[in-house]
Amino acid sequence: MVDWGVFIVCAVIVLSGSIGVVISRNPVHSALSLVATLFGVAVLFLEQDAQLLAAVQVIVYTGAIVVLILFVIMLLGVDQEEDLGEEPLVGQRILAGIGVAALLASLLLVIIGVAHHGLTGKPSSSAALSKTQTNVAQLGHSIFTTWIFPFEITAGLLTIAVIGAVVMARRPDSYEPLPEPEPMTDRPEEEQAELVDAEEAGS
Amino acid sequence: MILATLNDTSYLVLSAMVFCIGAFGVLIRRNPLVMLMCVELMLNAVNLTFVTFGRMLNDISGQVIVFFVLVVAAAEVVVGLGIIVAIARRRPGATADDVSLLRG
Amino acid sequence: MVSLVWLIPALPLLGFVILLLLGPRLGEPASGWLATAMVGAAFVVSLIAFIGLHSRAAHTYTHTYFTWISVGRFQVDFGVLFDPLSSAMILFITGVGALIHLYSIGYMHGDSRYPRFFLYMNLFVFSMLVLVLGDNLLLTFLGWEGVGVCSYFLISFWFEKPANATAGKKAFITNRVGDWGFMVGIFITWFTYGSITYTHFLPVSQSAATTAATFISVMLLIGAVGKSAQIPLYIWLPDAMAGPTPVSALIHAATMVTAGVYLMVRINPVLHAASPWVTTMIAWLGVGTALLAATIAIAQTDIKKVLAYSTISQLGYMFLAVGSGGYWAAIFHMITHAFFKALLFLGAGSVIHGMHDEQDMRRMGALRKLMPITAGTFIVAWLAISGVPPFSGFWSKDEILTYALHKSPALYVVGLFTALLTAFYMSRLVYRIFFGDARWTDPIPGEDPAEERPEVHPHESPWTMTVPLVILAFFAAVAGFINLPFSGSTKWLEDWLSPVTGRYGAELTYSNATIIVLLTISTIVALGGIGLAYLVYLRKRIPAEPFEPELFAKGWYYDIAISDFMGGPGRKMADGLAWFDRTVIDGAVNGIGSAFRGSGNVVRRVQNGYVRTYALGMTIGAVALLVYIFTRVQY
Repeated sequence: MVDWGVFIVCAVIVLSGSIGVVISRNPVHSALSLVATLFGVAVLFLEQDAQLLAAVQVIVYTGAIVVLILFVIMLLGVDQEEDLGEEPLVGQRILAGIGVAALLASLLLVIIGVAHHGLTGKPSSSAALSKTQTNVAQLGHSIFTTWIFPFEITAGLLTIAVIGAVVMARRPDSYEPLPEPEPMTDRPEEEQAELVDAEEAGS
Repeated sequence: MILATLNDTSYLVLSAMVFCIGAFGVLIRRNPLVMLMCVELMLNAVNLTFVTFGRMLNDISGQVIVFFVLVVAAAEVVVGLGIIVAIARRRPGATADDVSLLRG
Repeated sequence: MVSLVWLIPALPLLGFVILLLLGPRLGEPASGWLATAMVGAAFVVSLIAFIGLHSRAAHTYTHTYFTWISVGRFQVDFGVLFDPLSSAMILFITGVGALIHLYSIGYMHGDSRYPRFFLYMNLFVFSMLVLVLGDNLLLTFLGWEGVGVCSYFLISFWFEKPANATAGKKAFITNRVGDWGFMVGIFITWFTYGSITYTHFLPVSQSAATTAATFISVMLLIGAVGKSAQIPLYIWLPDAMAGPTPVSALIHAATMVTAGVYLMVRINPVLHAASPWVTTMIAWLGVGTALLAATIAIAQTDIKKVLAYSTISQLGYMFLAVGSGGYWAAIFHMITHAFFKALLFLGAGSVIHGMHDEQDMRRMGALRKLMPITAGTFIVAWLAISGVPPFSGFWSKDEILTYALHKSPALYVVGLFTALLTAFYMSRLVYRIFFGDARWTDPIPGEDPAEERPEVHPHESPWTMTVPLVILAFFAAVAGFINLPFSGSTKWLEDWLSPVTGRYGAELTYSNATIIVLLTISTIVALGGIGLAYLVYLRKRIPAEPFEPELFAKGWYYDIAISDFMGGPGRKMADGLAWFDRTVIDGAVNGIGSAFRGSGNVVRRVQNGYVRTYALGMTIGAVALLVYIFTRVQY
């Protein structure tokens, strides 16, 4: 009963958040709607006994990624509002609507198939959800034994992504380096700046 | 049917709907940052699906996959934002329609 | 001795190569003497080889020098077939050829391209020898094309005048029409017999289906008709008189035009295996051509044109012989014709040379006192061609008429009538050139009578020109004795050629009495023609106009008809074909290109550069994929 209620509330939050992302004219509003959606999904994770994922979702996704997006929105100017009224590409909206509707229909068809005939996959025996271990422990155990290789590669991927982002977002090198200032001591006496005591000059 | 009982299909239906909304958003919006956010929506829907199937199949691998998706999504956002910044620096106010030089 | 036969074509080829490289350096007259020496040496070797062949038992010598083409089952070698037929031919080719080369030394004196002339002449002799000595159809064809090319070069030797260049082209193109037939004939021969080497397919020639043999015969006949100037492809020969006279003598009297007859005689077993109407057709074609050409010759005023039509007419006789089964008789007439026709042409050249390039017989006359040697030898040739005994033409022409009678009396009558015409027009030629009044500065109808004409002082030609005339006159007189029809021992040529021609040739069964009657009839006809011409042209008893109607003078309007057709509808057809090629064929090829370009232009609009369009495409693709999978999944 409680599960059902939680699910309904979270579903409402998630759906309204996602619609908000798509519809908002202001990108900041979109970002905030996204935050709502992510929170809803985190709660749903908790519902499904995926505690670590829920935590990671909030910390990484909401806390880092959306914040990052917000930074960039601020950097590039908030008043850039897109005119949702016009659509330069001919037929894009109609075709997008049709395509997405078809996609939804197909997915629902699959889900109904799953509901009627059951899953085609076999329940796992080796990596079964443990009743004794905590979710964190089991997840950690799985990652660092079975999935250690992808883990390491993903680490490499992250490094590369960071380096790539730094390189791309660097200021261009087209600025000329400033010329080295000539040392004051080589100049003739008349042109040398006077060394003044700041305290004396200030008071 | 969905509201009557809470079972796994409810989760799947929900994530299907979020996925389609995200897809629609990518196709419709022109602001690159909003498009990126819609992509994140799609990824979240997929994450939810994976966790649900993991529980239906009694497999921890569903959650492991979600873990990796999370990491890769983060990396992807980083790179994507770098690109957006690089473009926006040259052309302030650029939308997704303005980067159309690779045309036939 | 027989193995020296390869030298015979090699010597003129060597002459050609030397003249090609060093011709301008050798200059006049050394290049002429070199060329003559080469052909003369070839003649000497031919004699030696001939003697060697004669002493052999089988009178046949074959040798393969190297493999020329070897593709799958198709094998063609460079080989020689030295048998009675080819040995007889190379003797007169090299002999008459050497004499004509000697003559040309004097005739071409002062020409700016003197060495080049002899270069072409040597190349021609080489090609002709390859034609005759080759042991397969392809080598014969090689020689065939070679002589065609040299004919083109030599006819248009003085190409500064456009008319000469055009004549050369006309000869080559008309020959080419015939060559198409020859080539198809070679192909079918290979398909029918599996080989084109004479020693392979001729012995088994009777094993082919009649339709195949007929087809081969007709196709090769088309080739022969083109080369030997029969109806309907004779139009090039009169125009070919634009070339220097020695060219006319060598190519268009003695050698190249006889190549067609040689081919027909060579493949006579195939002719025998063909349907009977083929040989009948050849006979009637030959005699028809002979008659037509004789009628045209009566009305010509250019002396070389008369001789040209006379050549066509005599070739017609040779074809008549082939069609009637008298293959060796055709060769006999070919040999005698080589002598007297070459003599006639060289004599005409001497006259032209002496009259300072005057060729119209209406401006000649009474030359026999001023050019005695030319006149004397010309008269010998005249008697030979008219068929007056005991000169050579009488014997060979009579043999042909005998075979014609055996085939069909109608052929005999037409042939005899043509002999009458031959005697008539040749006598007309001789009387108008050498006898009668001197009309050297007379006006010609159609020319301006008040025009100033230079003074003409006819003179005899130098020894390099008259010596060949004398030698040829000797042979023109006595060559007939190589075959007298009276008894077995005097039928020397017939016996010599019998390995090649005897098996499928017609068998004559006339008694000696019949033969003497026929000989007498021929003599009467010949003398009658001479007498009639005497009355018309010397005694002026009978007016000349009825004998020279416009129809004959204009060649029965045949050449004019062809020119008009080709200029008018022919041109339109060619334009139409060009239009078709440009619009349809090139259009199709270019059209495919434009179609691709156009469709590419349309399709490229899919790539408009917008990311969202691409994303949309991905979505639609994903949906399509899902739908497809649904159709494959079983629930």
